[in-house]
Amino acid sequence: MRSVFVAILMVGLLTAGAVARADDYVLTIKDHRFTPEEIKVPADQRVMITIVNDDATPEEFDSSALKVEKVVAGKSKGVVRIGPLKAGRYPFIGEYHEATAKGVVIAE
Amino acid sequence: MLGALIIVFREVIEAGLIVGIVMAATRGVAGRGRWVSIGVAGGVVGAGVVAMFAGVISDAFQGAGQELFNASVLGVAVIMLMWHNAWMARHGREIADEMRRIGTAVSEGAKPLTALAIVVGLAVLREGSEVVLFLYGIMASGTTGSALLVGGILGIAGGAAFTALTYLGLLAIPNRYIFSVTSWLIALLAAGMAAQAVQFLNNAGLVVALDRTLWDTSWLLSEKSIFGRLLHTLVGYIDRPTEMQLLVYVATLIAMFLLMRVARYSPPQRLART
Repeated sequence: MRSVFVAILMVGLLTAGAVARADDYVLTIKDHRFTPEEIKVPADQRVMITIVNDDATPEEFDSSALKVEKVVAGKSKGVVRIGPLKAGRYPFIGEYHEATAKGVVIAE
Repeated sequence: MLGALIIVFREVIEAGLIVGIVMAATRGVAGRGRWVSIGVAGGVVGAGVVAMFAGVISDAFQGAGQELFNASVLGVAVIMLMWHNAWMARHGREIADEMRRIGTAVSEGAKPLTALAIVVGLAVLREGSEVVLFLYGIMASGTTGSALLVGGILGIAGGAAFTALTYLGLLAIPNRYIFSVTSWLIALLAAGMAAQAVQFLNNAGLVVALDRTLWDTSWLLSEKSIFGRLLHTLVGYIDRPTEMQLLVYVATLIAMFLLMRVARYSPPQRLART
């Protein structure tokens, strides 16, 4: 059991560097809104999105479609790694301000 | 106010469900109230600390600190739940016997209580830190704050009431079955946590193998709906699981049952099958 887990972890570690790429996708949170509200990323690739929270209050970037939950403290940055995504639309929200903080990742 | 109530309530019920199950699983074990309280209190303090250092944690490990932290917390909880179930497989029968005979608590077993106190503490810490951050945000934003704050506090109260309901519901199960039911619940709880943990490792960029989504049942039951969240905590429901998540889920269940079987077969006197 343990050796299987270790093996999986090793494979993960070895492939991590090769697959994750530092593409510059940036989402900015200001007044509890995301800018841009639509962000286009290539399909079938892992991509990194940097979330810049310009508000003084924390926000939780939340998307079950993207399988991400990430708290970004006020006046700070956070990085989320997503994908590989099939072509399509993947909505996300800021959980603490659901009424205004909405957006969608478009994989194509 | 209602919005704040709902946000806080749904974070609290996730931890509350776990506390309720732990309370039921330790029925008849002396001193459990104290241990569970210690767990909750520790979790609340921990939640405050985690919330305070949210920025620092997030920035650690090239921005993957939060994911690694969550995965570690879940991983430790899974190990503690396994330990508890193994212990219960060995001693549960004695406790049930004794409860039937004298109808009250027995002195046996500080061991699983520490394990479960840790599980409770970690659950409260994880969900609690989000509540703390959210409430902090409300207070920091000023003007409309007080109504929202009341909503948040009502949300916590509602979550606590839900915990009590879970516990009382499980208490309705006859003594004879309670330990097998709670063992099942804990096994499923652990498997769900393990599947969540591996996704956090994926988000951290650590475990990226087998990351294709197997199916999508979000049209049927969204993971983010209240019922979806309950099932998510209880049995690890995921509306878009990856191959790795399914693998880890099943592997955790198998490991749990093997461990319980080994524990059950080795006690010195009692070899009776359940």
